[in-house]
Amino acid sequence: MNETTGQTAAPRPSLGLQLPRSQFEPATGEPRIAVRNLDFFYGANRALKGINLDLPDRRVMGMIGPSGCGKSTLLRVLNRMYDLYPGQRATGDVMMDGQNLLAPTTDVNALRSRIGMVFQKPTPFPMSIYENIAFGVKLHEKLSKSAMDERVEWSLTRAALWGEVRDRLERSALGLSGGQQQRLCIARTIAVRPDVILLDEPTSALDPISTLRIEELIDELKQDFTIVIVTHNMQQAARCADQVAFFYLGELIEVGTAAQMFTAPRQRRTQDYITGRFG
Amino acid sequence: MSATTIAAASAPAKDAAIAVRLGRRRRVADRLNRVLCVIATLIGLALLASILLTLIVRGAGGLSVSVFTQVTAPPGSGGGLLNAIVGSLIQTALGTAMATPIGLLVGTYLAEYARGSALGTAVRFVSDILLSAPSILIGLFIYELLVQTTGGFSGFAGAVALAVIAIPIVVRTTEDMLRLVPVSLREASFALGAPKWKTVILICFRAARDGVVTGILLSVARIAGETAPLLFTSLGNLNWSVDLARPMASLPVTIYQYAGSAYDEWVQLAWAGALLITAGVLAINIMARLLLRKRG
Amino acid sequence: MSQHVVKSYDHELVRLRDLISEMGGIVESQVALAAEALATRGSDAASRAVEHDAQVDALEREVEQFVIRLLALRQPVASDLRHVVAALKMTGDLERIGDYAANVAKRTIVLAQYTLPFSVAGIAHMARMVQENLKSAIDCVADNDADKAVEVWRSDQVIDDLYNALFRELVTYMMEDPRNITPCAHLLFIAKNLERIGDHATNVAETLYYAVTGESLPDTRPKGDTSAYAVVRPNE
Repeated sequence: MNETTGQTAAPRPSLGLQLPRSQFEPATGEPRIAVRNLDFFYGANRALKGINLDLPDRRVMGMIGPSGCGKSTLLRVLNRMYDLYPGQRATGDVMMDGQNLLAPTTDVNALRSRIGMVFQKPTPFPMSIYENIAFGVKLHEKLSKSAMDERVEWSLTRAALWGEVRDRLERSALGLSGGQQQRLCIARTIAVRPDVILLDEPTSALDPISTLRIEELIDELKQDFTIVIVTHNMQQAARCADQVAFFYLGELIEVGTAAQMFTAPRQRRTQDYITGRFG
Repeated sequence: MSATTIAAASAPAKDAAIAVRLGRRRRVADRLNRVLCVIATLIGLALLASILLTLIVRGAGGLSVSVFTQVTAPPGSGGGLLNAIVGSLIQTALGTAMATPIGLLVGTYLAEYARGSALGTAVRFVSDILLSAPSILIGLFIYELLVQTTGGFSGFAGAVALAVIAIPIVVRTTEDMLRLVPVSLREASFALGAPKWKTVILICFRAARDGVVTGILLSVARIAGETAPLLFTSLGNLNWSVDLARPMASLPVTIYQYAGSAYDEWVQLAWAGALLITAGVLAINIMARLLLRKRG
Repeated sequence: MSQHVVKSYDHELVRLRDLISEMGGIVESQVALAAEALATRGSDAASRAVEHDAQVDALEREVEQFVIRLLALRQPVASDLRHVVAALKMTGDLERIGDYAANVAKRTIVLAQYTLPFSVAGIAHMARMVQENLKSAIDCVADNDADKAVEVWRSDQVIDDLYNALFRELVTYMMEDPRNITPCAHLLFIAKNLERIGDHATNVAETLYYAVTGESLPDTRPKGDTSAYAVVRPNE
C-alpha cells in the first residue's frame, strides 16, 4: 500500500475500500444481527432470559453488566462458540441476512468466518506473525502468495500494527508485547473479512496506552465492521460504543445510546450499576 | 467515621515479645527444614555420583576401537560389542517407530476427543497401568504373543516389546502436553472458523510440539536401557545379525550375560557396554532438556 | 438512593449538596435582608445584605473546585454526573442571585434619601414573592425533590406578571412628576433585579429537575417578562 510504494504524500484512501466487504449487506436501517427471544442454558441453568436485541450495521454495541450477567454468554452465542461444549444450548432466533444462525443446518465454520471474535487475553498462535494472519485466511480462501502477502499487509495495517512488525513478519508472534499481540489477534480476525467482530473484554489484560490504541482501532474499524464489545470498564463502553446494552442476571435490562445510558439511564438498575452503587 | 471507631475496627496491637518469640521459632524450623532437605539431596547425589564414577573408572578401561568394530567373541579371543550396539539401535529405533504414532494418536484422542467420556477414562486408566507394569511381564506377554506363535526368538519381537513399554509414556506426555495448551488458544482457532482437526493438528500440536518431542525422547531413553523384556523376545545373539526374524543382540542383554560370566574380558566388556548405554541415555535426556529450555 | 460501593464517594456527593444548600441559605438570607430593607427602608438590613456577598463568592469558588476535583477523580456518570454538573450550574445561578440581592440592597440605601409620594408596597410584595420562590427552589435542592421543582418553575409566572405591572406603574409615576425619576429609576432596577433573581431561582429548579429525572423541562419555560415590548404613553 502507500507505505511500501512510498506514495505517502497522497491522501490515503480508506483501506476498507481496497477489498470488497462480504457480499451480504443488510438493507439500509436494518440491523446487522437481530436477536429474538433468546434463551441460553448451561445445563439446567438459564443464563440468558428472553433477550431481544438489534445490532445496528457498522456501529459499536457495548455490553456491560456485572460478572455472570450473561453478556459474554451472548457473545458466544452469536458465533456459536457454545457448540464446543456439550450441555450448552440456545433457543430462540439470531437472525442475520434472513438466516437463523442457531439453526442446526448453519455451517458453523462459515458462520465464524463472518462473525470473528477477539478474546480477553491475547491468543497469538505459536507461529510467525505472518502465519498467524495467513492461518485464518487459508481456512476459507485459496490465495496466491502475492495475494496473501497483500492480505497480511492489509489486515496488519487496518489493525495499526503494520508499521511495528513489517520488518519481522517471519518472527514468532509470541515475541510481541501484550498490546501488539492483541492487535495481531484483531488483524487475524479482520483478515478473514468478517461482517461482525466480537470483542470479549479485549483490553482487560493491557496497559492504559495499549488500551487506548485498541479503542482508537475500534473507532476506525466501525467504518467497515459491525462491532460488539463486552467490557467491564464502563468508561471504555462510554468511549467507544455507539449503543450500550446493560445486562443483569441474564436479562437485558436496558439498551440505548451511550450518551443516554451514561447521562440519563431509564432503568434504576442500570443507574445503580453504572454509578457504582449496591444493586 | 470518627477516629475512635477506626481504631476500634483495626487489628489489636501486637505483643512485641510474642512476635519475637514466634519469629525465632519460625527461623529455627526453617533452618532445620533446609538442613534436612540438603542432606537428603546429598545422599541421592552421592549415590548417583558413585554409580557414574564406578562406571567411568571400570568402563573407560574397556573402551577401545575394537568395542565398536568387532562383534562379540568367545572368551580369550578379544571381540567387541558391535553386534550388541547395532542390535540395540535397531530394536530401539523400530520400537520407537512403532510406539510414536500409536502413542501420539492415543494421547491426542484422550486429550482432544475423549474428555469426560467413559472410554477415554478407561483408556487412560489402562495406559497408566501399563506405564507402571513390570517390564518382565511385558517381555513374557510378547513371548506368548510373538515368540511362541512364530516358533522362535526374534529382533522384531524385541522391538514390539520395547514399543509396548514406550507407548504409555508417549500417550501420557502427549496427553499432558496437549492439555497444557490453553482453551483460549483452541477457541481462538475455532473463532476463525477452523474445524476441529485443523485446530488440533495446526494449533494444538504446534503449541505442544516441544513437550511431545521431549516425551518421545524420554521414552527412547527408557527403552534403550531395558533388559527384561528383551530376554524373552530377542534373546541375544553372539553373532552378527541384523535379521529381524532371528534372535538379535542388544547392549543390555549382553551386559547382563557378560557381567555374570567368569571371564575378565567379558566383565570388562560388560562395564564398557554399561558406560556406553549410560552415556547414550544421558545424552538423550540432556537433549530433551535442552529442547524444552530453548522454547520455554 | 442506594449507596455507592465506595463510601467516600457518597460522602463527597453529600458534601457537595451541603455546600450548595449552605450557599443557597446565605443567598436566601441576602434576598430576605434586601426585601426587608425595601419594605422598611432601613439601611441596616441593606448593608448586612451587601456584606454577605464576599462569603457567597468564596463558596462559589469552593464549589467550582470541588466539582472539578470530583469530575477528575471520580468520573461520575448518570445521576451522579447530573448532580455534579447541576451543582456547578446552581452555584453560578446562586452567585448571580447574591449579586442582584446586593444590588437591590445598595439601591434601597439610595432610596432612603428620597421621600416617595407613593407606596412601595407593590415592589415589597414582589420581593417577598421572589424570596419565597427562592426558598422553595433551595428546599428542592436540599430534598432532591423534582415535583417541588416543577412548582417553583411554574410560579415564576406570577413574579413576571408583577414585574410587568410594576414597570407600567413606575413609568407612569415618572411621567407624572420628573422629580420621581431618580427614585423610580432605582425602583425599576430593583424590580428588574428581583425579576432576574426569580429567573435564576427558576434556573435552579430546572437544573435540579434535570439532575433528578434526567429529563429537561420544556424549553418554553414561563417567561412572562413582557416589559421589553411595553409601551407606556402619556395619554394612557
